[in-house]
Amino acid sequence: MSQDALLDLIRNEARLSHADIAARLGISEEAAAARLAALEADGVIMGYQAVVNQEEVLDENVSALIEVKVTPEKGGGFDKMARRIAKFDQVSTCYLMSGGYDLMVVVTGKNLREVAGFVSAKLSSMEGVLSTATHFRLKTYKESGFTYVGDSDSGRLSVSP
Amino acid sequence: MNYDSKLADQLKTVPRSGIRDFFELVQGRDDVISLGVGEPDFPTPWNIREAAIKSLEQGMTSYTSNLGMLELRKSISTYVEKFFHVNYQAATEVLVTVGVSEALDLALRALLNPGDEVTYHEPCYVSYSPSVIMAYGKPVPVPVKAERLFSLDPADVAAAITDKTRVIMLNFPTNPTGGIATEEDLKGIAELAIKHDLIVISDEIYSELRYAEGEHVSIATLPGMRERTILLHGFSKAFSMTGFRLGYACAPAPLIEAMMKIHQYAMLCAPITSQIAAIEALENGEEAMLSMKAEYKRRRDFVVNRLNEMGIPCHSPGGAFYVFPDISQFGMTSMEFAMKLLEQEDVAAVPGTAFGECGEGFLRCCYATSFEELQVAMQRIEAFIKRL
Ligand SMILES: Cc1ncc(COP(=O)(O)O)c(C=O)c1O
Repeated sequence: MSQDALLDLIRNEARLSHADIAARLGISEEAAAARLAALEADGVIMGYQAVVNQEEVLDENVSALIEVKVTPEKGGGFDKMARRIAKFDQVSTCYLMSGGYDLMVVVTGKNLREVAGFVSAKLSSMEGVLSTATHFRLKTYKESGFTYVGDSDSGRLSVSP
Repeated sequence: MNYDSKLADQLKTVPRSGIRDFFELVQGRDDVISLGVGEPDFPTPWNIREAAIKSLEQGMTSYTSNLGMLELRKSISTYVEKFFHVNYQAATEVLVTVGVSEALDLALRALLNPGDEVTYHEPCYVSYSPSVIMAYGKPVPVPVKAERLFSLDPADVAAAITDKTRVIMLNFPTNPTGGIATEEDLKGIAELAIKHDLIVISDEIYSELRYAEGEHVSIATLPGMRERTILLHGFSKAFSMTGFRLGYACAPAPLIEAMMKIHQYAMLCAPITSQIAAIEALENGEEAMLSMKAEYKRRRDFVVNRLNEMGIPCHSPGGAFYVFPDISQFGMTSMEFAMKLLEQEDVAAVPGTAFGECGEGFLRCCYATSFEELQVAMQRIEAFIKRL
C-alpha cells in the first residue's frame, strides 16, 4: 500500500475508523492503525478539522486575506518574520508567496473591527513590515474541496438495467 | 377500444421486463439501500459537464452529420486504436449513436432477416433478447456458468449454432455477472465465427472497467475478426455519462453504412451537446475515469470479501461494477430471496432471473454506490441470512 492511498482517503474523510480504512484499502486493521500512527508521529498528519460551511454558521465570523510586504532579513529570506506572524492566534494561514508581495496571511475575527484592529495594531506596526493590503472575504463558493452549491441528488433510479 | 388488437404481433412476444417489475416494488419504499442500479454513482466529471455547458453558451444546438461530428469520430478512432488496438477510419467506419442501446438495435436490424438466429450468452443485459425479437430474429441464449467465472465456452456456442445462425453477440465484461472472457475462449469463439461465416456484435461498454490482471482484449483484434466484428462502445459507464445517451459502433464501412441507413431516418443524429461532452471525455477524461475505476475496484474487493465471509459464495468478477453471488443454498428462488431481503432489510438487489432463466439461484448486486452504503448493505444482508 502506498502512503498516498491512505492519505488520499483520510484527506477527504478524516473520520474513518481503522476498520473502515482497512476495508477500503484492502489491508488489515492493524496495518491501517500502524500506518496512521506513523503518519501522525512523523507530523505528516498534523491534525483533523471539520470543514464548516461559513454561510450556515450563525455567529458570523469574518476573515480577511492580507498581503504583507516585509523587509528581507539579513542574509535574505523571510523565515523569522513569517514565523512571528504565524504565531498570532488570529492568523489561521500564513504562506510565503512569489510575486507582488511576500506573505499571504489569513486572519479571522468576530467582526470587521476586530480584524481591522489586528491588522493596524499588531501586524502593520511590526518592525520589518513595510505594508499591508487587506481583502475581506464576502462570500464562499468552495472550501477545502467542498463546493457550497454542490451536485444535487442525482435522481438516479433505484433499480435500472 | 381493444388496444391489444391494434398492437403489432411481434411486440406481444416480448415479455415484460423483470427489472421493471422489481423497480416498481422498490419505488414505494423509503430508506432502501439500492444495489439494484445499472449505472455509476459518480456525477459526470466536471470538465466534461463544463464542455457541454460551454457549447450551449456558444449556441451549439444544431443537428450534426448523421454519422456524428467528424471531430468526435476522429477522437473515437484515436481512442479505439490506443485502447483496443484496432484501427477504424473516422470518415467511414465509426457511427455515433444514442447510447450502445441504439447501436445494438441498429446492428441487429441491419443484419437480421426474419427467423435468423442470434447466439449470445446468458445471464446477459436485459435488452438482448427483446432487441433480437424486435428485429424479427430468434434469440438463442447459451448459459455461462459460475464455475467458469462466467466466461463463454466455445463448445457451448458450437452446440447452439445452426444453419439459421447469423450473429454471435458478446458482452465482456458482462452485465450482470461482471465476468470477463478468457483469451482462449475468445479465440475459440472467433474460430467458430470464421468457420460458420458469422458476424460478431461485441458490446464492450464495460471494457475500461477491468480489474483483472492483463489488458482488455477485444475479439475484433483476433486474426480474421476485424472484418466480421461490430464493436460497440459508449460513454455511459467508464465516464459516468449515462444521461448523455452516447455510444458508438466501429465496423467495416459496408456494415456502418447499413446501420447508418436506419440511424439517419430513426434518429437523424445523436444530440450535439452530448457529442461535444464526449470529445472532452476522450481527450481529457482519462484521469477522472481511472480514479473512478480505482474506487470501484476497492468496493468490489470489499463486497466480494464480505459476501464470501458470511457464507454466500461469490466469485471475484474481473470487470464492470456488479457481483453475482450464488444464493441457491437458501432454498428460495432468486425472486423470493430478493423480495424478502427488500421487505425485511430494505436492501434492493436484482434477482438473477431478470437476466435470463439461468440466472436462477443468483442475485445481481451493483457496487456503484458509496462505500458507507455498501458497508450497511452487507451488514443487513448478513443479518438477513442469519435468520434463515
Ligand atoms: C451490457 C450493456 N450494454 C448496453 C447498455 C446500454 O448502454 P447505453 O447507456 O450506452 O445505452 C448497458 C447499460 O446498462 C449495458 O449494461
